[in-house]
Amino acid sequence: MERDLATTLQANKKRVVKDKLVKYGVTGGGTLVLVALLLIFGYLLYVVLPIFAPVSIEQTQSFQRKDSTAIYALGLDEQNEVSYQLNEKGLLSFYSLRNDDLGENLLQYQAFTNTHNIAKTMASTGIYAISNERGEVKIVKPSFVTSYPNDKRLITPEVSFPLGEQDFIVSEDNQPLTHLAFEMNPEYAGLAGVQSNGEGLFLLLTAEENMMTDEVEWEQSLFKLPSFPQQVEQLLLTPNLSKLFVRSGNDLLVYDVSDSDNIRITAAFKINAPGSNVTKMQLLTGASSLLVANENGVISQWFEVLNDNKREFTLIRDFKASSGVTSITPEFFRKGFLTTTASGDLSIFHTTGETELLTESITKAGSLVVAISPRANAILAADSNTIKLYHVDNEHPEITWSALWQEVWYEGYPEPQYVWQSTSASDDFEAKMSLVPISFGTIKAAFYAMLFAVPIGISAAIYTAYFMAPSIRTYIKPTVEIMEALPTVILGFLAGLWLAPIVENQLPGIVLLLITLPASVLVAAMIWSNLPKSLSDKISEGVLPLVLLPILVVTGYLSMAFSDTLELWLFNGDTRMYLTNELGINFDQRNSLIVGIAMGFAVIPTIFSIAEDAIFSVPKSLTMGSLALGATRWQTLSKVVILTASPGIFSAVMMGMGRAVGETMIVLMATGNTPIMDWNIFEGMRSLSANIAVEMPESEVGSSHYRVLFLAAFVLFIFTFFFNTIAEFVRQRLREKYSSL
Amino acid sequence: MGKWFKSGTPWIWMTGGAVSLSLIAVIGLFLLIGWRGLSFFWPATVYEFDMQNEQGQKSVLIGEIYDTEDVLKQQLLDAGVTGLDNEGDSLQRFLIKIGNREYVDLDFQWILETIIKDKKIANDIVVFERTKNGNFYGYLEAINEGEQKLNIEKSALVGELNKRIERALEFRDKEHGLLTGDIGRINYDLDRIRLNKRKLELDGSLTPQKVAEFAAQSDSLRAEYLALENELFDYRDQAKRDSVVVKDMTGRLVTMPLSYILDFYQPNDMSFVEKVGHWFHQVYKFVSSDPREANTEGGVFPAIFGTVFMVMLMAVIVTPFGVVAAIYLHEYAGKNNITKFIRIAVINLAGVPSIVYGVFGLGFFVYILGGSIDQLLYPEALPTPTFGSPGVLWSALTLAILTLPVVIVSTEEGLSRIPSTLREGSLALGATKSETLWRIVIPMASPAIMTGLILAVARAAGEVAPLMLVGVVKIAPTLPVDGNFPFLHLDRKFMHLGFHIYDVGFQSPNVEAARPLVYATSFLLVTVIIGLNLAAISIRNNLREKYRSLEH
Repeated sequence: MERDLATTLQANKKRVVKDKLVKYGVTGGGTLVLVALLLIFGYLLYVVLPIFAPVSIEQTQSFQRKDSTAIYALGLDEQNEVSYQLNEKGLLSFYSLRNDDLGENLLQYQAFTNTHNIAKTMASTGIYAISNERGEVKIVKPSFVTSYPNDKRLITPEVSFPLGEQDFIVSEDNQPLTHLAFEMNPEYAGLAGVQSNGEGLFLLLTAEENMMTDEVEWEQSLFKLPSFPQQVEQLLLTPNLSKLFVRSGNDLLVYDVSDSDNIRITAAFKINAPGSNVTKMQLLTGASSLLVANENGVISQWFEVLNDNKREFTLIRDFKASSGVTSITPEFFRKGFLTTTASGDLSIFHTTGETELLTESITKAGSLVVAISPRANAILAADSNTIKLYHVDNEHPEITWSALWQEVWYEGYPEPQYVWQSTSASDDFEAKMSLVPISFGTIKAAFYAMLFAVPIGISAAIYTAYFMAPSIRTYIKPTVEIMEALPTVILGFLAGLWLAPIVENQLPGIVLLLITLPASVLVAAMIWSNLPKSLSDKISEGVLPLVLLPILVVTGYLSMAFSDTLELWLFNGDTRMYLTNELGINFDQRNSLIVGIAMGFAVIPTIFSIAEDAIFSVPKSLTMGSLALGATRWQTLSKVVILTASPGIFSAVMMGMGRAVGETMIVLMATGNTPIMDWNIFEGMRSLSANIAVEMPESEVGSSHYRVLFLAAFVLFIFTFFFNTIAEFVRQRLREKYSSL
Repeated sequence: MGKWFKSGTPWIWMTGGAVSLSLIAVIGLFLLIGWRGLSFFWPATVYEFDMQNEQGQKSVLIGEIYDTEDVLKQQLLDAGVTGLDNEGDSLQRFLIKIGNREYVDLDFQWILETIIKDKKIANDIVVFERTKNGNFYGYLEAINEGEQKLNIEKSALVGELNKRIERALEFRDKEHGLLTGDIGRINYDLDRIRLNKRKLELDGSLTPQKVAEFAAQSDSLRAEYLALENELFDYRDQAKRDSVVVKDMTGRLVTMPLSYILDFYQPNDMSFVEKVGHWFHQVYKFVSSDPREANTEGGVFPAIFGTVFMVMLMAVIVTPFGVVAAIYLHEYAGKNNITKFIRIAVINLAGVPSIVYGVFGLGFFVYILGGSIDQLLYPEALPTPTFGSPGVLWSALTLAILTLPVVIVSTEEGLSRIPSTLREGSLALGATKSETLWRIVIPMASPAIMTGLILAVARAAGEVAPLMLVGVVKIAPTLPVDGNFPFLHLDRKFMHLGFHIYDVGFQSPNVEAARPLVYATSFLLVTVIIGLNLAAISIRNNLREKYRSLEH
């Protein structure tokens, strides 16, 4: 007996423990839903946030300089392990940045014993032209060779000569050069120089492959630059050797040197900021933009803009650095640049982002020279005593609030615009990632869909809930609701491949439907009202849809059949031509009308179902009361039922809106997916969701593009979260109200 | 009139019209897809058109009438068509499917009624289905065995061809079986050996003895492969032995090896019963065979398989979570803020656009989870990702989150319909809450859970946008289930009916040829999804009836 009780108790204990375990298990499982939502929210944010992270730099290495000659330029290899410096005397020396042999001199090279002048190409080319007192020029490239002895990466510096070790003479009678500029590409190289008598010269080098030895030889031709100014401060060449910029004080002369037989000045203008003088100018990566620094610290960006069929240099935007800018260093592949000032400040800017990203005081000791690493993740800075390596955290300079949501004046565009164009073939392409056109597309698609869905969905809900006979309601409601289960890919496919050609060919018929369908219903109603009572009683108001079904089908068929006649009669037999030529309206085959119809179709069941529920559950006591007081059915509906159910109807519209905004496949398949901003119903659009579907698979993980696509997803998430929460909230309130009634 | 409008009658009619319009849309859509999808398998009559163009050149076109449309004369004139002076305002235009893709410029041609001089049914025409270049239309002339022409009567040709095609198909089947069976296994095993070796190397435990072992294994596999390869080539040669000589519409004699021919039929000589039989045969081929020619021909079997497999995997994942969450919300949750938040979370999970789930799945499941799994479990395969790239497991997981609210809402509804007297009775008899749940509540709610599951499956089967990011592909070389250990390959990419529709309809090189296929696939998908939904609705209705009777 005792033992029995003990086992019972033990068993009970087990049962109690089990009960507790189940309780905690189920509670944990229940909260998982919340966790899932928070996880999505948190993860999207986790990917998006780095694009808004502030730029920071952090010193990682530093070593003492061994000589005190002023430095002309600095450079780094891709891994930030080896640096070089080229001083004003033309001595090129490589120093290690590795921990184990920091500051050790790895290699030295001197082009001429008596260096007179040095010129530098764009950062991504990384070549120097060094001239001596007799106007001879040597082309030198500091380069780095990577090898893997013992499976470990080893970077060894090397001096290479892209044009061979020969000297080129850019001068008549061996005069020394006062200024020099050099640029090259695989086929051509160009040297521009000013000799001591003030004359400007341009040496064009053309690559000729030797048939026998396969070696490249450079054929030289020297040209004199016409109308050359007396005083010259700076020369700059573009890498495609089409333009030569000559700065004389605050004036800029642009030479067209693309045709060597016809070298001429194409433009001359002042480039200084108002009330200040120019100190320095530099080409931005891609060589379309010119950056001009002024004494007061203003840096202005100029590029050519097509204006009245003429390309003109235009001031685009100003940046503000500390005064006394001594150098501008563009990045290798992005549209960012660094400036240094006489007081030792370093600033980082980005042109597309239109912002100053960072300003930090680097040194107090003498003139500051900086270089950025090819991957833009490190900065090498030298003052008169030390060389320091900084790690830079600047992954996404081009994405700023203004670049995403405001008009940006992109290189080569006639005016500031909202543009989405995320990728291109070339490396130094300026990514255009404005979310405005695709957000606009989303709203446009949703707007046209709602235009179609709201009237039909709500009217159908009103009728079904209030007038329809219960016997057919049990069938008709699920039939309409089953549309919601229809895969959107099928709607999109039908819209794109079946509906779009029909609308294109029968446009007048489709427009005619807008008039004939309601008209036919009215006519039917009128006929019914005038029927003798004995006949009209046979058709009860509860089964109208079944009566109207054949009428609408026939009307629809007749309208479409009449389409051709109408087209002949009104539009000379070719509506598309008429629209484009006479009305100036662009017509795409896959346009917003198609999206509106197809997506409206997808949204109708959502709106219908929720609105119908709201109207149907209006307490009967209210309607009975109204009818008892003598109101007609329609008056009761419009004055009592709809007013009471209006929060529910509102919530239905919100839910529908949420669905329309997030819909992907229909928009993807039924439009041309061009990110244009135009309300024209006959043109397409690109929506946020379709954009993600198109571009996500080919975007590089962790890149700005990838993160912006995540941002697009995040925007969608927040947008629908907002709509759904409001709708749900309103619905809850309504339910409470009804239950209290 | 004004009074009439005031009475509200026209408005009532208008709202009724909206219902009719919705009904027309739904029913019309099903009819359209059904008609277009099913008529594709019907053997269409092949016509012979005698044509004469404006310059008086005569030609013959043989093909099926694929589409007919009316065009306005003005549009034709605008497009530069001449010689229409004596015609009416509107003209008919036919789209003819000519086939014979390698011999004509366009295998689908629009021809205007004005240049057709005569149209007749092409008697004895034979339609060949081929492994490449689509259908071939022509008249049977002769059969060759090797170089030798068979000396048989014209009337016996068809029977002979049937026999010989069957023989060629037998060899093709053997070849296919060899390729996917033994040769596939050998390739898979060789790859495993390479990975095992790499794994030992990474662990630092690769001894010379092991190396020799691996080498011996691979050598024996290679030897086996060489023997199989000979067999394979032998099958191919055997299949190529016979060929058929066909005269096409230009009168040219074309010789086709039977190894390229999958099937043939004579649509114009078929009786109605034969046509029905042919229709069923074509439908069977559509659902059971692999796609050919960049998905524009052939069947959709891998897509059906991929969809079903992914959806089943998803169901296994989503059911426990959904049911537990619903039980929590209905049986355990107190009236507090957390419950409120969870409810808002459920509503929002249902409302968040599916593409957002795709983005989340790609970033979180594929790159973070999959990447970590690769680091931990498959370091030997790196840098080739195993789970770190989109695949069927990640698709199933992503869709499981997406369909979670469907299961929760449906289960909760079922729970709320169980009268509380039943629970109270159980508790009063001394059962604990968990026992009551397990023995009383869940069994009674199981039809509701089933409903939720069916609805979730229907939703998942139709969803495409997120799958485009997390694992679906145009053509998957292998199914996610095969005979190689471990049999289930959850890391593999898969094909999906919905994506198939998008891909074939919009990315295919020959949209015209692929269009009926897209309708057929759509019909299949719609049937499955609507079927599942109807099943769910009927289960739910039954359940409601049952509990209504319990309440009294």
